Order: sequence, then structure tokens, then C-alpha cells
Amino acid sequence: MMPELGQIALILALLLAIVQATVPLIGAHWRQPALMAVARPAAYGQFVFVLFAYGILTEAFVAQDFSIAYVAQNSNLALPWHYRFSAVWGAHEGSLLLWVLILSGWTVALAALSSRLPERFMARALAVLGIISIGFLAFTVLTSNPFERHVPPLADGNDLNPLLQDFGLIVHPPMLYMGYVGFAVAFAFAVAALIEGRVDRQWVRWSRPWTNVAWAFLTIGIALGSWWAYYELGWGGWWFWDPVENASFMPWLVGAALIHSQAVTEKRGTFAAWTLLLAICAFSLSLLGTFLVRSGVLTSVHAFASDPTRGIFILVFLVIVTGGALTLYAIRAPKLAAAPPVSLYSRESLLLLNNILLVTACAMVLIGTLYPLVAEALGWGKISVGPPYFGLMFFVLMAPLVWLIPFGPLTRWKGDSLPAVFLSLRTALALAALAAALVWIVERELPLKAVIGVCAGIWVIFGTLAFLLRRMRNAAPGRMLTAEMVGMSLAHIGVGIFVVGVVVTESLNVERDVRMQAGDMVEVAGYQVTLREVVRQDGPNFIADEGVFEIRQDGELMSTQHPQKRRYLRGQVMTEAALDAGFFADFYIAMGEPIGTGGAWAIRLYYKPMIRWVWLGALLMMAGGLVSATERRLRQTIVEREVVQSAPEQMPDALPERA
Amino acid sequence: MLLRAFIPLGVFAAIGLVLWSGIGKNPQLLPSALLGKPAPAFAAKALHAPETEITSASLLGKPYLLNVFGSWCVSCRVEHPLLMEVERRGEITLVGLNWNDTREDATRWLAQFGDPYSQIIFDADGRIAIDFGVTGAPESFVISAEGRVLHKFVGPLTEDDIENKVKPLLAGQAL
Repeated sequence: MMPELGQIALILALLLAIVQATVPLIGAHWRQPALMAVARPAAYGQFVFVLFAYGILTEAFVAQDFSIAYVAQNSNLALPWHYRFSAVWGAHEGSLLLWVLILSGWTVALAALSSRLPERFMARALAVLGIISIGFLAFTVLTSNPFERHVPPLADGNDLNPLLQDFGLIVHPPMLYMGYVGFAVAFAFAVAALIEGRVDRQWVRWSRPWTNVAWAFLTIGIALGSWWAYYELGWGGWWFWDPVENASFMPWLVGAALIHSQAVTEKRGTFAAWTLLLAICAFSLSLLGTFLVRSGVLTSVHAFASDPTRGIFILVFLVIVTGGALTLYAIRAPKLAAAPPVSLYSRESLLLLNNILLVTACAMVLIGTLYPLVAEALGWGKISVGPPYFGLMFFVLMAPLVWLIPFGPLTRWKGDSLPAVFLSLRTALALAALAAALVWIVERELPLKAVIGVCAGIWVIFGTLAFLLRRMRNAAPGRMLTAEMVGMSLAHIGVGIFVVGVVVTESLNVERDVRMQAGDMVEVAGYQVTLREVVRQDGPNFIADEGVFEIRQDGELMSTQHPQKRRYLRGQVMTEAALDAGFFADFYIAMGEPIGTGGAWAIRLYYKPMIRWVWLGALLMMAGGLVSATERRLRQTIVEREVVQSAPEQMPDALPERA
Repeated sequence: MLLRAFIPLGVFAAIGLVLWSGIGKNPQLLPSALLGKPAPAFAAKALHAPETEITSASLLGKPYLLNVFGSWCVSCRVEHPLLMEVERRGEITLVGLNWNDTREDATRWLAQFGDPYSQIIFDADGRIAIDFGVTGAPESFVISAEGRVLHKFVGPLTEDDIENKVKPLLAGQAL
């Protein structure tokens, strides 16, 4: 009975989404306040029904109702209770429901907090979110019903994919979806602006925190995925240019560009059309990611069961949403006020360069990801490009971007003198060079390319500190550091730390594949690793071989590690690597396969210096996004009289310049 | 100005077409675009002898199986005993393409598990692998005496691949 109620709730939510998508749009067009006012209650109602359906599915997992096919496929009686909550999003149907729930939640937040924005504009923006909601709810109800019954009911289920029985992966999808869906807000604003035919700096300002928060969630989502791949997949790396990783990375890159271009549009009124286009692209790439993951057109470790029907559905939806938005853009964008010329060296031009580099990087990732499909469509056969392509092009595009970061905050809007800015950065540059030289003296094995990379990372950190110092020295008390500046600086320092981590770990890591049996000792990066014994360890729903390793330095015991090779009831074999994590280096031990019958194992030993810095950098970027979103100035909305202008030729006057 | 605004829509339409073409096809079947075409030209140093150069031309005249491997690659180790066996039988010439690796690691790996290759190309910057459209290791290419790509295998080779695919392909070729 309950599953049927869940299904009915979803259908009701879909009907409310249709109301939310149509009535306010009509109301906005004919200026009927009563119709426009429907948007908010419809969004609230929809959220209640989606939450109800989600609650029922969770309840079915907790109570282990194996009469529901989805529950039976993704859990079993032995599954620990805490995984039963996360098993809800363990496969396609449930994760889609989670997506819908998060979208609905964002819509509610937007509806509740936006009462001071012009009503017509908000009616349109909420209607656009309603359209997106229709797509995903219809997708759930028509192709991926999580409440489908299994007749007859099963006594026990199949078990949750063991890859997902892990903390990292429990948190990874919700964070990622928060990011993906968060870009829907910027998208809805952009489309509403295009319908209106004008870009109002007030709502650009107001939408900035939303973009920052979405981007912050996406950052942490991607970082968690990377961290998880590192310790759970047993691959020893942190990024693999897998199509699904790329799918989340593309909106991240465009989102980063959007954050910067929104700043320009809000403060200077320029780049308006470009900001709209980026907002459309960021969300469209999120949808594209969904398509790539769920349609089965590309292979990946993450891909859900491939289903052509689902692929066609998402593609049609993508065409309606993105195609519609871009058509609107094509018609309306030329009417938007043309940007005043930007002087050759100014903050605008630096941010433009930032945008070009980020968007080009995104295009490169997109080409690399879709290349197998393109090649096949053009009859070149099935081919794809590997990590070397991505590694090469990323280095080429990101190196200049990283070196330019410190210039941005110190350069004034409208125009500045490059020598003057450089002068205020000379200490930072000298310190970065000095630090890089010190690093090189300590670690003589570091190749020159890596030394330059370390120097770049430290340069970003010191350059950002130079900006903070100058603010504290020169600005009026009380206005020294706004949340926006602190957030930006945190994120930039995060980039610096990330770069140092990547460069060091990529050039100094030691990876050894060895054959070991009890009593064997192997020397890795100055440490002695001894395999004491291999024992049998059984978990609730798996059996495992566990190696007991001792890591010693100069005879002194540093730690004891217990990597496992698990065989789950479902039949999957998983490598549970052991990690001796440290701020400056990780020791990583993974069990390979048994060799022969004499008790010997193929063992992977990795020494990963500074790999933590990669995720530490990502954490700081996330913190930066969240902190800057708390900026009070961005929440101040001057209540505007609802003057309806049709595509005014000029932007409102420039706001007083800041920093 | 007006036309320029349509560019994003055009790009999107092109992407949409590509996506449409990919629906319902099996991405795991990955025959090479190079099939029947001459193998990409390359010149690189040998793994064991950094002063010796191996070129695509120097390998002509004898069909061979080009095997992409790396010491970091777990599946390569699964495949390795079979390659050792193939080498022992001496029926097929194996040429290794050491990808994304360091000389040190690769040499140690081969010392540990055995070296079945007649020659090993050291692809220092991964450019040869890009030219061959390598997506991951191991991958193997059957290359004729005239230097044409006859077949591509993705993933570890099996006994069945060697007996029923590689051998018949090479049957018409002089060993």
C-alpha cells in the first residue's frame, strides 16, 4: 500500500510542477498578480509531495520491504542499518528521486527568500524551475519508477553495490546533486531575464550567492568522489579523466567562469550577455552529465545500467531546456546593451581572460569526452582519447590561469597599470621563488617542471596574501575585509595549495607492484614495509583476506596497516586499501591477487607525497565559495518599483566602485 | 551581431546530434579507427637501450603484435603470463609499447614478471599512445608486415584471442 502512495505522491508532484511551470508564466505575460502568485504555493506543495515519496522509499529500505523491486535489488537483510538510508540513492531510480528532492528543495529556498525581488521576474524564474522539475519528475514516473513492485515479493534482496558501502560515496551524490541543481537557479534567472529582455544588475547581484553555493557543493562533491576513488577503488590515483568525472568537472569549470563573470556584470554592468550564456551552459552541462551517466552512451566505472529509452528521454529534455534557452538567447541577446569597451589592462580584461581559459578548458574536456561518439558518428570507428590528452591540454591551459590569479584582485576596474600592480606583487614573487628554491634543495629529485609548478602554487598563495595585507593596510577600518574578499582569497589560496599538491604528488610518488608473502620486507621511499601475515576477516555481508603490514623507518615502527580484499555476497570483489595518511605523505597499501597457492600475494605499495593537499585545496575552494556567499551586500535588494521597461538600451548607472 | 548570437545554439545542435547517434550502441565494442590503415608513424627510444631508436619503419617486414602496457596497470599483470607463454611458443613477435611509465618502474616490473617482448618502445610523453587512440592499458594491435593495423584488442588478451583471432590474421603473413 505504501509504495503506491509514494507513486501517487510523485504523480501529484508532477501535476503541481506543471502548474508551477505554466500558470505563473501566463500570469507574468498578462500581468495577472493572482496567476503569478500561484508559483510559490505550487513549489511548496510539490516539495511536500516529493519529500513524502522520498520518505516512503527510505522507510521501505529501513523496513526492508523486498516487495519493491528497487529495494530488493539494492539491499539485503545483512546490510547494516546506516547504509539502508544511503542505499536509497544507491542506483538509478532512487538517485533520480534524490535529484528531484534536491531540485524541489532549492526551488522552495528560492521561493521563500526571494520575496523582495520583482514579482514578475520571480514568477518567470520559478516557472522555469517548474519546467525543469516536470522533466525530472516525468522521467522518474515514466521510465524509472522506484516504487515498482516485485511479484512475488522476495525473501531477501540482492545487496547494495559494495562500492557504495562507504562513507565517501554516501555523501558524494547528494553534494554533487546540490551543485548540479544549484546551477538551475542561475539558469532560471538567466532565462527569466531573456524573457524579460533585460539584465537587471539587482538580480545578478542577488543570484551571485546561489551560484557560489552551488559551485561550492559541486567542488566538495567532486573532491569527495576523487577521494573515494583514491582509497576505495584501489587505483591509487586521484583523478582519471573518466567520462563521469569529466561530466561533473565541465559544469565546475563553467561554474567557476560564471562566478567571475557574474562579478563583472554585477559591478560593472558589462559582460551581460556572456553571463547569461554561461549560466545557461553551466546548468546544461549538468544535464549533459546526467545524460552521459544514465544513457549508457559512454563506458565508465560509474555508469548506471544503460537504457536507450532513458537516454532518449534525457536527450529530448536536454533539447527542450537547453535548446529553448539558447534559442531565446539567440533572439534576445543582440538586444542587450552592448558592453562599453574595456581598457587593455583592467580587472575586466583579466576576468575576461580567466573566462576564456576556463571555458576553453571546458570545451577541451567536452571534446575529449565526446570524441568516441563523434568519431563513431563520422564513421571513423570507435576511438577515444586517454589521460595523456587531458593531461597535456590541461597543463597548457591552466598554467597561465594559475600565474594570473594574484593579479586579478589587485587590479582596479576600468583600467590599471600593469607595472604598478606588478610592483605590489614583487615581494610575493620573490618569496615564491625563494620557497621553490628551498623545496628544490630539500627534494633534489623534483624535476624542473615540478619546481616551476610548486613556485606557481606558492605564488598564488603569497600573491593572495599580498592582496589581503594591502587591504588591511589601506582600506578604511570596518570595511577592510568583506566576506566576499575573504571567500575569494580562501578559494584562491585553495587553488595554490591544490597546485602544489598535484605537482608534488604527480612527480614524486612511488608506486611499486611487488610479490610478497608473510615475512617479506620491501623498501619504499626510505620506509621498510613488512608483511606479517594474511588473515581471514569476515564482515556482515562479505568475506575478506586481510594483510597485516608494518611500516618502519630506520627500524622504528611507524604504523600497522590492514588492507583487505573483500568478496561480497553479491559476488563482487573489492579492494579495501589501507592508508597511512599524513599531511606530507600517504602510505597506500592494496592487496592485489593471490599468486600461486603458497600464500604469496601481489601487493601494491604507493608512497604519495602531499596528496592530501589536493583535497585540502578543494576544501578551501569550497569554503571560499560558501564564505563569499554570506556577503551582506549581495543580499541587499533595493525594493524596486515594478517599472516594466522593454529592453532598455542602457544599463543603470555604475555602482560606486569597490576595491 | 544577430548571427553571432546563434552560434551557441548551433554548437548545441551539433552536440545533440552526436549524442543522438550514440544512443543504444555498445560503447564496449571499440574497434580502432586505424583498422586496415597504416599504423601511425613513430620514432621513440627503446626501453632497455635509451640510445637505440625504434621507428615504425624499422619494424616493417614482419608482422607483430603491439602490446600497450605499463607497470602501473593491474590488468597487464593479469595478461602477462599469457604473453610469456606466447613468447615461449615463439609463434608471434611481440612488441611492447610502454605507456605512461618510467624506465625504472618498467624495467623492474619486467625483471619481476618476465619480459616477453622482442622490442619495447618507451613512450615517454604518451604521444604514440595518443596517435594509436589508446584509451587504457592493456591494448593490443595486430600489425601486418606492411605496417597496417589488422586488429585491435581492448583489455587483457585471452588464449582464445591469440588462437582464433591473432593467429588466423597472421596466417596469411610471413612470420
